[in-house]
Amino acid sequence: MKKGKLLILPAIFWLCLFFVIPMLIVVAVSFATRSPYGQIIFDWNIGNYLRFTESLYVSIFIDTLFVAVVTTFFTIIMGYPLAWTIAKLPQKWQQPGLILVMIPFWINFLIRSYAWVIILRTQGVVNTLLLNFGIIDQPLQLLYNDVAVMLGMIYALLPFMVLPIYVSIEQLDTRLLEAASDLGASPLATFRKITLPLTMPGIAAGTILVFISSLGMFVVPDVMGGAKSALVGNLIQNQFLSARDWPFGAALSIILALLSLLLIVLYYKALQSQKGGAENAENVA
Amino acid sequence: MIGCEIGKMKEMVRLEGIVKKFNNNLIIPELDLTINDGEFLTLLGPSGCGKTTLLRMIAGLETPTQGSIFLDDEDVTNLPPYKRNVNMVFQHYALFPHMTVEENIHFGLKMKKVPLEEQKEKVAQVLYLTQLEEFRHRRPQQMSGGQQQRVAIARALVNNPKVLLLDEPLGALDYQLRKSLQLELKNLQRGLGLTFIYVTHDQEEALTMSDRIVVMNKGYIEQDGHPDEIYHRPKTKFVARFIGESNFFEINEDQYAVRPEKLNLCVEQEDNEPYAGHPEPKFFGTIVDVVFYGTIDKVFIRLDNSNQTVVAYQYFDDVKRWSPDERVGIWWYDNDGVIVEK
Repeated sequence: MKKGKLLILPAIFWLCLFFVIPMLIVVAVSFATRSPYGQIIFDWNIGNYLRFTESLYVSIFIDTLFVAVVTTFFTIIMGYPLAWTIAKLPQKWQQPGLILVMIPFWINFLIRSYAWVIILRTQGVVNTLLLNFGIIDQPLQLLYNDVAVMLGMIYALLPFMVLPIYVSIEQLDTRLLEAASDLGASPLATFRKITLPLTMPGIAAGTILVFISSLGMFVVPDVMGGAKSALVGNLIQNQFLSARDWPFGAALSIILALLSLLLIVLYYKALQSQKGGAENAENVA
Repeated sequence: MIGCEIGKMKEMVRLEGIVKKFNNNLIIPELDLTINDGEFLTLLGPSGCGKTTLLRMIAGLETPTQGSIFLDDEDVTNLPPYKRNVNMVFQHYALFPHMTVEENIHFGLKMKKVPLEEQKEKVAQVLYLTQLEEFRHRRPQQMSGGQQQRVAIARALVNNPKVLLLDEPLGALDYQLRKSLQLELKNLQRGLGLTFIYVTHDQEEALTMSDRIVVMNKGYIEQDGHPDEIYHRPKTKFVARFIGESNFFEINEDQYAVRPEKLNLCVEQEDNEPYAGHPEPKFFGTIVDVVFYGTIDKVFIRLDNSNQTVVAYQYFDDVKRWSPDERVGIWWYDNDGVIVEK
């Protein structure tokens, strides 16, 4: 028995080397100070965390949360019907359907973001078409605003919503829907009372994936948001690459990581309270 | 006799010229059937005979390709399931896993917007009827198959449907439980005076529970009648073979079906001596095997001049026990030989 435990040593070593140690370095750096020339001075202070409370940074965090919420909302609204459609395709078309959802991953994300720029820019596809059809006289400013950023985020993160929802719909027992209809539930009532509650785990998993990914995203705001919108992801990126203020960037990263962690914990708490209810019922019996 | 009984009854479900195709697969060629109020009717047949499809069409879960369905004289052919006053007990129960037993049973009433007080009253009643009171706060996953089946029945019954449709409801349960639930179901149906349409491939279940059995094969009705009639007077070779065991004998181009318990054996007499006390044997053969079954011996006999083996059940009220290689004559009372269509 005891010897068996030795077998996990390589895994622990791997985890320490590539996860724990880098994480600890980030934590250490977040308590350091930047010298005038951009070097890191380890003087162990919490100045970087205090600096985060400045209204500029708080508002960036709030903006980021807002964008993440909107992105998550729209990926659910768009992803659910898409996942439903794929799950209800004839068996032989389901796999191709899923592959279509995943194909964009084969192309570099940065390039896909620039593709949106080509579509949306002043001389882009959309504006050219609208101008040629005489629907508008002046090109529309479609890029470099919050809407463009959210559009890019929804586009980028939609598959992360579709896949878990697809799985939960695929596992849904259609006989339950027949039973509901037999018991007098209209299609809408069946959806609300049966389908939605039973596919909720898929929506929850997709929500966590999309929400946390959009919190840390910096490529989309950078490419499609221009200079006007900055989210936490851009802020962190700037601290490391432009401002060369690694300690502040590290502190922001830690705050973002803790926020994500908090959300995951809340998610599992919510799941467990559901399960716990069922277990309690069993204990009573 | 049975004919005039039906004449007095009120009809509850009428199927007229029902045709059902899936893609280009003809499941039900053309079928007419009337089901009376308060009747326990069983659709019996092998899998793929169209019995479940027929049930699902009555429920509204399938639409007939042609023909009409009347429920209590109202044409419901094109009504969706949620607008029909029938309820179904599904083969694998189809209980809602995210609801408790009580919530499952409440569901139908809630959908029909029955006043809350009435809902509570009805649910309490049906919980009592199905002996589920102590399980009301459990979830389906925490219950045994038999208990889940009770919930499924309660969930359907609480809506007070005009017809209760049951799709092999006991199919997934073990033998003992099935036996006791069969009785429970039959008593429930008798007590409530409700119309039951019951689908099964288990002939024993059909014989013990039904007022009337409709035997189906390949989408056709092979025979429609009282269980007694179905067992003792099978109309076709299919019915004789599907329900119970049957031996087939060909006499003057007619096909006779005789139940093994109706076959009698006697020692073959030599020199044309008369057979005392019973009719002349119609066939002779040699015993190939005798198998002890507790209450009976099953005696397998190869008929002379053919490769056919027949089986006779022998009770122990005779002194004689048969053994292999004995020569026997086979006889039966004229009443017990039924001419069947091939």
